[in-house]
Amino acid sequence: MTPPDQAFRAFLEEGRFMLQRSRETGRFVFYPRVAEPGTGCTNLEWVEASGDGIVYSTTVVRNQPKAPDHNVALIELAEGVRMMSRVEGIPPELVAIGMPVRARIARIDDAPVIVFDPA
Amino acid sequence: MSSDAFPRGGAAIVGHATFGEGLSPGYTSIDLAAAASVKALASAGLTPSDVDALFIGLPDDFLSGLTLAEYLGVRPKLTDNNRTGGSAFQTHVAHAALALAAGQCDVALIAYGSNQKSGAGKLVRSSQPPTYEGPFKPRMPVSAYAMAAARHMHQYGTTREQLAEVAVAARRWAMLNPAAAMRDPLSIADVLGARMVSDPLTTRDCCLVTDGAAAVVMVRADRAKDLAAKPAYVLGAASAVTHRDISSMPDLTVTGAAESGPRAFAQAGVTPADIDVLQLYDAFTINTILFLEDLGFCPKGEGGRFVEGGAIAPGGRLAVNTNGGGLSYCHPGMFGLFTIVEAAAQIAGAAGERQQDAVELALAHGNGGVLASQATVILGSATTL
Repeated sequence: MTPPDQAFRAFLEEGRFMLQRSRETGRFVFYPRVAEPGTGCTNLEWVEASGDGIVYSTTVVRNQPKAPDHNVALIELAEGVRMMSRVEGIPPELVAIGMPVRARIARIDDAPVIVFDPA
Repeated sequence: MSSDAFPRGGAAIVGHATFGEGLSPGYTSIDLAAAASVKALASAGLTPSDVDALFIGLPDDFLSGLTLAEYLGVRPKLTDNNRTGGSAFQTHVAHAALALAAGQCDVALIAYGSNQKSGAGKLVRSSQPPTYEGPFKPRMPVSAYAMAAARHMHQYGTTREQLAEVAVAARRWAMLNPAAAMRDPLSIADVLGARMVSDPLTTRDCCLVTDGAAAVVMVRADRAKDLAAKPAYVLGAASAVTHRDISSMPDLTVTGAAESGPRAFAQAGVTPADIDVLQLYDAFTINTILFLEDLGFCPKGEGGRFVEGGAIAPGGRLAVNTNGGGLSYCHPGMFGLFTIVEAAAQIAGAAGERQQDAVELALAHGNGGVLASQATVILGSATTL
């Protein structure tokens, strides 16, 4: 079996945003792990994420004058797990808690990551 | 659920000290920790050779339990370097109380020191950025606390002015503490107008970066009164961990203090209304609000309104962070032990101009990581036993 972090990144390289799901409880797991938290269930399957999310919290990291300010957000996915990311396409200070967002695979520092656009 | 047989009042803090707050150029972190240690021991009429248990955790020295033993010439029977971030020292008090009660040791020294301001000039990191957060370049730890503040504002209508009240109250206490790094007057407008770091937190919502060291000495209660005029008895000490990274925090408006607090109060057999002074680890202004709520001093969501109008400043309704806190007194990387020192000092009647009247019960609450580890210690005077 491919180690969890490697599997997640390999899927991203193929253009697929995949999440782990416990075959015992049906609960989704993020970040990728060898076992479901709490139950310890190691019977995890990879399933396609819906890509739908809601902004759970947000901040603007102020970089002036060195670099433009940037958004950092916690996104609650429709699957019930939360991840750190950023919302692109709007000024960072307009990203708001409760805003519906949609996942997209982008590249940061030449590695694939999940970012979000307003839905 | 097993019953909690914490040895209430079985051990006491008989010596406490701080050293080198602010700037201490040329000193190493272990120099500073050792200087606070010998000062704390001397205040109890003890020397390093009396110590048989060491509790320490320096961010830049994984083996600091061994380093301090060697430096001070201690041959400890027990060392504990539990690392939960800035709350570690509250857990050290809990573990020392258990070890003393079990006869595993007789004199426990808990110490911390850091030269992060004069050494590195910034927060010294002891862990790597998490794989799944790093690419988005949060400014840690402030961005984590900023998102907790944003969520609290969203859910409960907490305002930036209310956050600023916390910083202003801390500054007013610091103006009574000669060892505090920041003693100039500070207004709510000053806090709001300071440079934004990670919205909604400005530089004045954030703790200081300073040098400094602290130490406390603990013995069993039967010996405490021989070593200190007014020992601070450990009535309760409990901790909780909810997550490591902010993206895994179950609810950004509820910390593990909601678990550690009630357990510590139950051990101590007291309620929030009984507490005379509170020392809450204020790494950021939102911390004080969250901990007042989670420890039961006001209902969830009311913390912002609770601190309004100078309510936690000198002369207010509740004495909170009487040394000026991490926001205005000092913050050498980890502040937990300084909250314990101040709580013990208030019970000992040794807090100088900021001493509160008739302090019988003091609470010292530590926070570790990004609101990840919470640990609560309740200290009491002899009359509370």
